[in-house]
Amino acid sequence: MSELSLERGLAALRAEIDAPVAAFFSSCVRCGLCAQSCPFYLETGDPRYTPILKLEPLRRVWEAEFTLWGRIKRWLGLGQEVSDAMLAEWEPLVYDSCSLCGRCSMVCPVGNDLVYMIRKTREGMVQSGHAPEGLVAASVRAIRTGSPMGLQWKTLAVQIQHVERSTGLTVPVDRAGAEYLVMLSSMEIINFPEYLEAITRIFDHAGVRWTLSTQCFEATNAGIQIGSKDIAAELVERVVVAASALGVSRVISPECGHAFTAIRWEGPNLIGRPYPFRVFHIIEVLDELRRDGRLHTEGKEADRLSMHDPCNLARKSGVIGEQRALMDLVAEHFVDLDEHGRFQWCCGAGGGVSSNERAEPLKLAAFKRKKAQIEAVEPERMVTMCATCRTQLEEGLEEFNMDIPVVGLTEMIAEHLVERPAAEPEPGTESGQPA
Amino acid sequence: MNGAMEFLLWTKGPMFQIALGIFAVGMLARLFEILLLGRATNHAEARAGEWLPGLRTVFTRTIPDPGTFRRAPFDVLVGWIWHLGFIIVLLLSVPHVELVAGVFGVSWPTLPNPVIDLLTAITLAGLVAALLHRLLHPVKRRISIPQDYLVWALTFAVVLTGYLAYHRLVDPYPLALGMHILSAELLLICLPFTKLTHIFTTVFARWYNGAAFGRKGVRS
Ligand code: HEM
Ligand code: HEM
Ligand code: SF4
Ligand code: SF4
Repeated sequence: MSELSLERGLAALRAEIDAPVAAFFSSCVRCGLCAQSCPFYLETGDPRYTPILKLEPLRRVWEAEFTLWGRIKRWLGLGQEVSDAMLAEWEPLVYDSCSLCGRCSMVCPVGNDLVYMIRKTREGMVQSGHAPEGLVAASVRAIRTGSPMGLQWKTLAVQIQHVERSTGLTVPVDRAGAEYLVMLSSMEIINFPEYLEAITRIFDHAGVRWTLSTQCFEATNAGIQIGSKDIAAELVERVVVAASALGVSRVISPECGHAFTAIRWEGPNLIGRPYPFRVFHIIEVLDELRRDGRLHTEGKEADRLSMHDPCNLARKSGVIGEQRALMDLVAEHFVDLDEHGRFQWCCGAGGGVSSNERAEPLKLAAFKRKKAQIEAVEPERMVTMCATCRTQLEEGLEEFNMDIPVVGLTEMIAEHLVERPAAEPEPGTESGQPA
Repeated sequence: MNGAMEFLLWTKGPMFQIALGIFAVGMLARLFEILLLGRATNHAEARAGEWLPGLRTVFTRTIPDPGTFRRAPFDVLVGWIWHLGFIIVLLLSVPHVELVAGVFGVSWPTLPNPVIDLLTAITLAGLVAALLHRLLHPVKRRISIPQDYLVWALTFAVVLTGYLAYHRLVDPYPLALGMHILSAELLLICLPFTKLTHIFTTVFARWYNGAAFGRKGVRS
């Protein structure tokens, strides 16, 4: 990125304005109901965190440059300008207090898709040099090393060895002609290596032809979180190149919410063309295997389980029934949280909030919504399917001294697979879980 | 008396034409301003179409989800009550229907005067409640701009002057009726340039919302 400036920021905001944005701003009646949908407002009580207010920079550009009345006002010197100081003031509103959860978009009575516009506003923040340090650093690392955490293939190679030792199975790497290319997130590789082990077992069990790619294994997208189309497109392009090189027909997103919306919904638009493959979340793939009768499980979890829907998976991507069908397969006592599915509450860590150290107190505050929901249902364990949500739930529950372990759904499925009769000579040996 | 009559004739004649003209041209311009911006082509594989989910949301967004209703029952109820009162009085009261019948020659059934009277009073009370809420609720106070109070005053004035005229509470009568008609005209004039555009643009906003979510397989 070359010189960031107010002018570039304004140009970026201008470029983001389309008919939906104009219809939304024209319709806002300033009723404030969107605040009642936002965990950051509800848990802090601070009216600055009202969703529509977070959009004030974009709204001003729209009014001044895209409405007749606004042009007249500007000409009369009555317009409200967007200044550098204003953008600096808005930076914590646009980033720290918004996890891009999309709940406000479901609640606004006139139908404003607020999260669509917050995502757009971030483009202007980046170009004007008002993005949080943590996110800038993650984006730079992602572009330079391929991973927002600076993780390299050799770390993953060690994990692969562990998985192969404990499962006795081969983890396919760079296998051309496989049906599925599995993408991972650095967070998963470091914090939840059991995920890779689980899919290795499940895919072996179901006879799925899959592969990892040494060319590109990371599909989280720091560019989407910070709000930079250039960075986001570059990161998506890497996945497309890797998938095309191996000739796969399907790509599986990491178990990471924003990575899924990035590659599934934004990706083709970022690179300006449709993909030569289809994109799925692992939960969609598992449910398809279940429907096709390719998942044979035995036994069920006996304790009281509840589930956290990742915003990006449920509300923002329509994967809602699939995880419940899978739960039924392996859980005896599953209870949903009161507001779930498309009306679930965010864990508080999404949209780049967890990569932005400054937002730490707000992240914990927003989690209190989730905490209250969990307390109302009193589960013995929580199940989820996003590495960021899972980390946030674990940390949050610990912070409040709640003894509720958090488990991944994919891992839970893997634990209930019927042993295949004499698949490989060597079943799971001593080595156990890699640390 | 003479001045009042002239005033009434002015509101019914030239002023009415001006207001209608500004409203029609202004609102058309606003709609073009919005729709001509268009949308970028979406290359992501869709889960479902856009049209039906979009239309669905145009209607369903009128009723809040149960959680939001529980968190903000006052907002929802007050908004509903005064909007309904306003629209019913506008469309189903005897003087208004007679007015349309006189100009266009079409008419439809009306509600009895005492009912309209009651609805008018409820609408006025609802608007007062909405204003108090705007002044007292921390979120509403924070996001409100002067225009919100102007729009409120215009809306309130139309209903109030109608009520005053009907009950002959202002003397002379032509002044009362003239004030009512003038306030309706001011509302029309301001409509394209304030948040009153939501009367027309809400349909588009909801459609875009429903279409975007619907495409991804989510009911919104
Ligand atoms: C004659 C027609 C209408 C007028 C004069 C009108 C006027 C207003 C005004 C003044 C407000 C702001 C209230 C406040 O300050 O608290 C408002 C709010 C609102 N309007 Fe309308 N409106 C009309 C029609 C509609 C229609 C057709 C819709 C939807 C399809 C709608 C949806 C809303 C909503 C959702 C709110 C926010 C909730 C509230 O504050 O009541 N309105 N309207
Ligand atoms: C725009 C929204 C309007 C609203 C909300 C409104 C409201 C009212 C109300 C509340 C009344 C009293 C009804 C009663 O208490 O029974 C009324 C009466 C009346 N309105 Fe309107 N009005 C509107 C527009 C208009 C317009 C544009 C005209 C004429 C150009 C008009 C002409 C009248 C007349 C002639 C009466 C009867 C007064 C009487 O009985 O002496 N109104 N209106
Ligand atoms: S809920 Fe919608 S109409 Fe109400 S203030 Fe928020 S964006 Fe505006
Ligand atoms: S997307 Fe979620 S966090 Fe962001 S403003 Fe809307 S409700 Fe709040």
